[in-house]
Amino acid sequence: MRVSITVNGEVREAEVWAGESLLTTLRDRLDLPGSKNACEQGECGSCSVLLDDELVCSCLVLAAQADGHEVATVEGLADDGSLHPVQDAFAATGAVQCGFCTPGFVVAAADLLRRVPDPSDDEIREALSGNLCRCTGYQKILDAVHLAVER
Amino acid sequence: MSTATRTLRPGHALPSTRRADAAPKVTGEFAYSSDLHAAGMLWGQTVRSPHAHARILGIDVVQARAMPGVHAVLTHEDVPGQKTYGLEFADQPVLAIDRVRYFGEAVAIVAAEEPEQARRAAAAVRVEYEPLEPVTDPEQAAEMAPLHPDRPTMGHGFRDDARPNVVRSMVIRRGDPDAEGDVAVEGVYEIGQQDQAFLGPESGIAIPDGEGGVDIHVATQWLHVDRDQAAPCLALEPEQVRIHLAGVGGAFGGREDLSMQIHAAMLALRTGRPVKIVYNREESFVGHIHRHPARIWAQHRATRDGKLVAVRMRILIDGGAYASSSTAVIANACSFAVGPYAVDNVLVDGLAVYTNNPPCGAMRGFGAVQACFAAEAQMDKLATALEIDSVELRLLNALEPGGMLPTGQVVTGSLPTRDVIRRAAALPVPEPEELPREAIRLPGGAGNTTRGEGVRRGVGFAVGFKNICYSEGFDDYCTARVVLAEDGSAEVHCAAADVGQGVSDVILQVARLELGTDDVTLASGSTARVGSAGSASSSRMTWMAAGAVQTACRAALDERDRSGGAVDVERIYRHPRTYPLDPETGQITDGRAHVALAVAAMRVVAEVDVDLGLTRVVWIGTAQDVGNALNRTAVEGQIEGGTAQGLGLALMEEIQTRDGVIANASFTDYLIPTFLDMPPVVSDLVEEPEPDAPYGVKGVGEPPTVVSTAAIVAALRDATGRELARVPVRPDDIAGL
Ligand code: FES
Ligand code: FES
Repeated sequence: MRVSITVNGEVREAEVWAGESLLTTLRDRLDLPGSKNACEQGECGSCSVLLDDELVCSCLVLAAQADGHEVATVEGLADDGSLHPVQDAFAATGAVQCGFCTPGFVVAAADLLRRVPDPSDDEIREALSGNLCRCTGYQKILDAVHLAVER
Repeated sequence: MSTATRTLRPGHALPSTRRADAAPKVTGEFAYSSDLHAAGMLWGQTVRSPHAHARILGIDVVQARAMPGVHAVLTHEDVPGQKTYGLEFADQPVLAIDRVRYFGEAVAIVAAEEPEQARRAAAAVRVEYEPLEPVTDPEQAAEMAPLHPDRPTMGHGFRDDARPNVVRSMVIRRGDPDAEGDVAVEGVYEIGQQDQAFLGPESGIAIPDGEGGVDIHVATQWLHVDRDQAAPCLALEPEQVRIHLAGVGGAFGGREDLSMQIHAAMLALRTGRPVKIVYNREESFVGHIHRHPARIWAQHRATRDGKLVAVRMRILIDGGAYASSSTAVIANACSFAVGPYAVDNVLVDGLAVYTNNPPCGAMRGFGAVQACFAAEAQMDKLATALEIDSVELRLLNALEPGGMLPTGQVVTGSLPTRDVIRRAAALPVPEPEELPREAIRLPGGAGNTTRGEGVRRGVGFAVGFKNICYSEGFDDYCTARVVLAEDGSAEVHCAAADVGQGVSDVILQVARLELGTDDVTLASGSTARVGSAGSASSSRMTWMAAGAVQTACRAALDERDRSGGAVDVERIYRHPRTYPLDPETGQITDGRAHVALAVAAMRVVAEVDVDLGLTRVVWIGTAQDVGNALNRTAVEGQIEGGTAQGLGLALMEEIQTRDGVIANASFTDYLIPTFLDMPPVVSDLVEEPEPDAPYGVKGVGEPPTVVSTAAIVAALRDATGRELARVPVRPDDIAGL
């Protein structure tokens, strides 16, 4: 089937399988591999995107469900080559090691700061507890979110 | 100026602590192995065994081959060269031949136009199995029918052990292990099977070069050893198989062994098209080796005033179906069994066996994790029995330079055990939190199930140590190549795998310092352009890459002074030589078996809810012997991340098997620590330069993982008063006090 999705402000069309996830469509058909696939079960948050401004795991959304809707991915966060404050903070604090979790984290953290401009440690931990990171132990991610608030 | 004292400090050569790859990683541009595409690419899929042990009676691929989009369906008959491979012993079939020995073993491979077509074709391959009784109890493995009748690991200088299914048996005997003390404590400990659970599943792409050779772009820890295993199986010369490092989504030992490399190359060579293989999470659980589950018996004897007199331990590790690095893991477990303590009389009996359980190999901490869990529990038991403060007991027995390891090796380098213990013990512990409090700050977190009536608090302490670099006479080296252009710019080649630890930044930092210019780029790692770097493992890569790049840079500058103009030099760096252990006594045969050691101590505050059986680690403070820290942020990142993996093993992570079949191959059922599980970690870096290492560095990745499981469970014991001799600790172990 054919779907038409507005991705990062641009209308994109793709031919997809009936059961195909939005994540697969983004990665394999629309050349947007920034969103990652680490579980395909909604457990890790590596595939986090905004669907009509709502944070979702794109592995749990069918491409067909996104038909006619707006999707924002990690690729759309940086503005004209300058990093989003959350991205910049992740780079500055050492919140990135292998980086496989990073796209999901920056999308989720940017969404958190949009809703809660100055979150406490506990609020950050809770809001980002759906995103797994195997490398950092999360501490520097916490630092990054606080730093992004300052900026 | 000696190389060891030449200073290299944070910020000296790097403008900030920002990683060179941070920007592409935060924007999503960084290309991981699973992100690669090539024109005309096919998708590969692996057919895997549903049995842990079975005879293969037949494989029928006719139907699968005829399916839409399918270009190839291959079995063991299609392996062009050597039919088996392995990191150290070639005991694992590329594709199962007449028998499968573990759940998920690869039996056939498929390439098709679309991933969905490849999956359907894989499901259509008919394999006829005759299930066999699986060997699942490691205690009994040495009495069961052999899984590998040709005994592939025997005859390599190890102790000759005629029992079936023995991968390696080890004895370390020193002094009089029967020496009596005033007190003795004893325990049996068990460690479950942990998964590396790197977030980026196994993946890569193989591209045929049209001349019979192949380029493989893959996430790996050691490019050249991948090549050296793949080439003979593909019946190609090593130069015809070029391995290129693609973006690595974490490794932790799980990418030391091959996964899809040979399979993708076989399909690419057969079809003449690029072939991409990406495992999903479920497949990843059978796509790599795991941390060895272990059972350890220990008896410690000491004088009334707390001096260790004798330590006896038996260590059994389950290697699973294939050897991987089990021979080295058991050697490490035995070498570090006693912990960083001086004791004259030791008997350690180690055994690694083959079973039909999931294969085990390298994972961060490599045998030392399991041993530390047992040894530190024993030290606490001893402290209780003697009524001595547990930190004092450790200080009293601390092994330091000049002291002797149970293998007879005298510690010659840096090992600031006492300093590390004192500094960890001195970190201020947070005050107990009052009740009632926010649910998120209770064991069990936001579940909001109790008001904390059953909460108890405990404080634990542990010390752990481990070797840095490869040991036992292994020819451990790293190559670097430096190309200086006429304009003064430089390009560095080194095949050291950046698995997320940041070795690329170390390489750039060293090259900029040595060459005296910031105009340095690091080429991407490839077997086609530079010699072997060895593996990004055993906490060796910073040391070895720094040594190789330093050597090559200095040679390049000398060369330019001599000849002028552009230069291109390649140099190999080796650390001081190590020697094997005597196979019968486990004693050193010359010099040292381990080139260097690193030690960490950790203090943990934990709470348990004895009504619910739930835990909350409140705070972790650690002091770690890190040598000269080249990049403080990166070192802290290793400590925090390594600690989180130890927390996972302590509290939640275990691969569960029934008759060898994995029952929890998903992140829904195999839990790893989330943001809510990890407390703040305070790290005190003990910077004492390692005399044998370039710039005095030490590896830092493993000690936090070695020590944290032991330290966390010590805190739970303090909170509950229970023995908690098995990890991961389960709610049932805590509930109902
Ligand atoms: S890939 Fe979507 S949540 Fe893990
Ligand atoms: S940085 Fe590797 S998973 Fe988060």
